[in-house]
Amino acid sequence: MNNIVFLPILIPLIVGVVLLFFAKNLKVQRVISGITMFTLLGLSLYLAHIVYYGGTHTLELGNWPAPFGIVLVADNFAALMVSLTSIVGIVCLFYGFLTLSEVRQKGYFFPFYLFLITGVNGAFLTGDIFNLFVFFEVMLISSYILIVHGGTKYQLRESIKYVIINVFASALFIVGVAYIYAITGTLNMADISVKVAELEQRGVLNVVAILFLLVFGMKGALFPLYFWLPKSYYGPPAAIAALFGGLLTKVGIYAIIRTFTLIFYHEPGFTHTVIMFIAAATMFFGVLGAVSQFDFKRILSFHIISQVGYMIMGLAIFSPLAIAGAIYHIAHNIFVKSALFLYAGATQQVTGTTDLKKMGGLLKTHPFLGWTFFVSAMAMAGIPPLSGFFSKFALVLSGIQEEQYWIVFVALFVGILTLFSMMKIFIYAFWGEQKLSNEEAKERKIGKVVVSILPLVALAVIMGLAAEPVFVYLLDIAEEILEPSNYINSVLKE
Amino acid sequence: MKSSLMLHTITRIVAFIILSFSVFLFFAGHNNPGGGFIGGLMTAAGLLLLYVSFDLKTIKRVIPFNYTTMIATGMLLAIGTGVVSMFLGDAYLTQYFDYFQLPILGETELTTALPFDLGIYLVVVGVALLSILTIAEDDA
Amino acid sequence: MEILMILVIGVIFTVATYLILTKSLLRVVIGLIMYGHGAHLLFITLAGLKQGAPPLLGEEAVAYADPLPQAVVLTAIVIGFGVTAFLLVIAYRTYKVHQTDDLDQLRGSADE
Repeated sequence: MNNIVFLPILIPLIVGVVLLFFAKNLKVQRVISGITMFTLLGLSLYLAHIVYYGGTHTLELGNWPAPFGIVLVADNFAALMVSLTSIVGIVCLFYGFLTLSEVRQKGYFFPFYLFLITGVNGAFLTGDIFNLFVFFEVMLISSYILIVHGGTKYQLRESIKYVIINVFASALFIVGVAYIYAITGTLNMADISVKVAELEQRGVLNVVAILFLLVFGMKGALFPLYFWLPKSYYGPPAAIAALFGGLLTKVGIYAIIRTFTLIFYHEPGFTHTVIMFIAAATMFFGVLGAVSQFDFKRILSFHIISQVGYMIMGLAIFSPLAIAGAIYHIAHNIFVKSALFLYAGATQQVTGTTDLKKMGGLLKTHPFLGWTFFVSAMAMAGIPPLSGFFSKFALVLSGIQEEQYWIVFVALFVGILTLFSMMKIFIYAFWGEQKLSNEEAKERKIGKVVVSILPLVALAVIMGLAAEPVFVYLLDIAEEILEPSNYINSVLKE
Repeated sequence: MKSSLMLHTITRIVAFIILSFSVFLFFAGHNNPGGGFIGGLMTAAGLLLLYVSFDLKTIKRVIPFNYTTMIATGMLLAIGTGVVSMFLGDAYLTQYFDYFQLPILGETELTTALPFDLGIYLVVVGVALLSILTIAEDDA
Repeated sequence: MEILMILVIGVIFTVATYLILTKSLLRVVIGLIMYGHGAHLLFITLAGLKQGAPPLLGEEAVAYADPLPQAVVLTAIVIGFGVTAFLLVIAYRTYKVHQTDDLDQLRGSADE
């Protein structure tokens, strides 16, 4: 009985509802939502701390005992993800304060922002597969609203496709849960894991595993299912696009890692080989899309896809180092990808376009923007000593240890293409001929906006410089989630 | 649209039947079929009948609810019921019940599920009417 | 009975798939709604259509039906209700702004 496990879900939910009453009072909404996000950050860091030193915390909602009621489980992985959510949530919120137009901010932006955080935190913390569906829906409905927020012509056209594909995926999710319930007779994930271990994962359970891979793959933008992402993330304003690009796909990845380490881990020969092929294809085709584009935001959107491939590659290799690398990559990607999207928004504010061919020479007029962008772009591409290098290093090393040479080759090749496309952005947007006149450049100062992005860049640098202690922590997490009995014992208390 | 006498007369009677039955369904809930969701949907249906048969503006004057506030109130009530048990040292959403002697009703079971259900009821009525009226008001 | 229900669900999924693949936006929305209903029915059916009294307080019986699938499906229906309302509103807005509900014309061109 630990109500603290529930607080990361409860606080944004309750504050979001309270903000509905102040729909017209912008100042109150800003102050309250800002304070809430900081409270949430403190709380989630405290949760991660007590979970690391005190073991997994669980909460049985309504005092109904474990396999029957809904449980919330905060193990190290979940607590880490909740902390990352609050960090990126704060930055995107403050960036939103500075850049979103007043009309947009007044249109119930803050309540739905907090509901989105509620859904994401809930998806991380829940220990019940149907409850996972419910929190996915909370997250998705808020994301539907934020992605059409403002309602421009382009947004409406692309968002409806995003909504349609996700509603379809949700229907498949229910089908998957139905199969699981028919086979095991329970919805509690720990209990499902016990039952599946007794049944030996065969035949129909492999089908269910692939069905779940399909469902979460649609949210996480895996290989054949990523087609919706680049266009729909292009529409919304940078603050929202950054939150989506940084966070939402990772929820799908988290769900995949959770289900494939806790429930469907008995036949890695089949499931994890499938995942490995998907990982390779996702990385490769994602980065090809990025290379072919000439638009700041679109390049970044395609990069989301190729980076997702790395995370799944870690799961497919399935050794402690690989899982640690995958989690490191998730954390790194949440920071850096959000930062890059925010930089795209900032450059758009300066130049009025996201088309790289129409930009140029920004390094002269806005050096601060240029160089901090350069740092995060290099972190993204994996240049040591920044964060992106160490995740790829861990993934490649574990791939060689497990003798999966071809995926290592693909990963390295994709790394080169990533570097190429990041350099393309830097060369076109920041080098070259100056397109803005000096007067124009002086008028468009965005120092404040860039400062609001800096925490993310700083974290990416720190994660790189302090890679050793970070990896000690992550290897603990990886060992923990690779041994499902930890999770099961703490939930069912046997 | 020309006002239809028959529709008006029937609506006046039927709306009351629907609304009172929805209240019955709401209180029947928890241990028997019924509850906030069903009751709320039926109330919404009754109110919608009023909106359809009389004019939108007329009913707006008669029922001057702001449905957004209604949704927010309902959600706050439902979440708040769960929070109460946190302050009493139990897990979130733990429910309590006891039997009381009430005037007229006699011995009645009162549970904390009732305010929770009332919250759901308000949310459902609010959501249903808000989404329908949003489309209806956008006439072109 | 289960066999019959499975066949019905198959028909629903078939129709829903057909509708989703059509060009009209409204039909796609209806197809999605049908997909949801099919999934709900599948849940109820796969959990076993058991004989037994309703699982309510005050019912005296030897066997009770399993309440969990019903509770789960009710939750899913409520969520589906909200999503459907949102889908209809956004489809309507898209239609109003773009003056068309033909998905071919909503495809969008590369140069924007």
